Amino acid sequence: MPYSLSVNGQVHSIDEDGQTPLLWVLRDTLKLTGTKYGCGVAQCGACTVHVDGQPMRSCSLALEAVASAQIVTIEAVEGAETKAIQDAWIARDVPQCGFCQSGQVMSAVALLRAIPAPTDDDVDIAMSGNICRCATYNRIRAAIHDAAGVLGSGRS
Amino acid sequence: MRWRRSSGLSRRRRFGCLPILALTVAAIVLVSAIVLRPQPLPQAHSLPASHPRIEIAHLRPVAAFASIADPQARSLALFEEAGRVIQHPRCMNCHPRTDRPTQTDAMRPHTPWVARGPDGGGEPTLRCSTCHHDENFEPSGVPGNPKWKLAPIGMAWQGKTLGEICRQILDPARAHMGREELLHHLAEDELVGWAWHPGGERTPAPGTQAEFAALIKAWLDTGAKCPA
Ligand code: FES
Ligand code: FES
Repeated sequence: MPYSLSVNGQVHSIDEDGQTPLLWVLRDTLKLTGTKYGCGVAQCGACTVHVDGQPMRSCSLALEAVASAQIVTIEAVEGAETKAIQDAWIARDVPQCGFCQSGQVMSAVALLRAIPAPTDDDVDIAMSGNICRCATYNRIRAAIHDAAGVLGSGRS
Repeated sequence: MRWRRSSGLSRRRRFGCLPILALTVAAIVLVSAIVLRPQPLPQAHSLPASHPRIEIAHLRPVAAFASIADPQARSLALFEEAGRVIQHPRCMNCHPRTDRPTQTDAMRPHTPWVARGPDGGGEPTLRCSTCHHDENFEPSGVPGNPKWKLAPIGMAWQGKTLGEICRQILDPARAHMGREELLHHLAEDELVGWAWHPGGERTPAPGTQAEFAALIKAWLDTGAKCPA
């Protein structure tokens, strides 16, 4: 029986094996290729999506386990934190090759939603599962602080 | 002036292009004939397995200890056998002495660089459930269990001797459980039980959870003696 999967607010009928990793469904079936396949073994974070608001590695998540969840990918993530992160990413010119960046952005947005003014330690903890082959870590950290600053000034 | 070309009298013999071409072709034909001569096909032989086969280790049953007449010595021997499970990487990896788990049979630091967080289930911004779910997930090789989390720091086992672990699990202040609960935890807990069904290429703990529980029960019944 097909699974009905809610991705970016749209419900799709997915006729795949229940053990298919969500990443495969997103990329191959739904053609949402913004979410990247980096390692396939939950080591790099390139495949990070939000599942009911929590950042998760879609390469390590069975289709059948998320059939009743709300999934948001890089194509549709939005809100104040997302806007602040996107602006800071552009201003800092964070990406180099860009491959890891959709995962980095998804983790960074989730971090700012959980901790609006993160310390360096908070950034290290939240982002340590997102690997960047180009080592853009310093720019990522700076951009997260920039985004937090913008969000903070909007609140005060 | 020997290097000067002499005029006319002693002209060197000159080869034309044709003999050189013929020689080259003959050489190519010869080499090809040697290289392409009919040869027996290489025999297929199996490559060594890329992953070593998982060794299933057994536990000695409680009955095997009946011949030890001295109850104290028997209790000790029972615990030492159960210790093969307790000190197995499948158990030790999630009983770290720091805030960070280890992984694999080599018990190397966990990647990504995760920490226990307030409830043992990871930091709020990098939960264990970012990757670990209710079941082992074969496509990514990530293990899972509904209760996936670290043992409390009071139950840190890494770096301790079996005797120290023994005294620790019997100490309600550190184990946060009495003997009844301890037996129940080891015999019934499904996260403990995961150690025998770890999935992927992970080596399971020796024996079965039931055999392990029987050893623990017999050890408690014989006075719960601890190694030095
Ligand atoms: S592709 Fe999922 S963590 Fe690397
Ligand atoms: S920008 Fe190249 S891998 Fe991160």
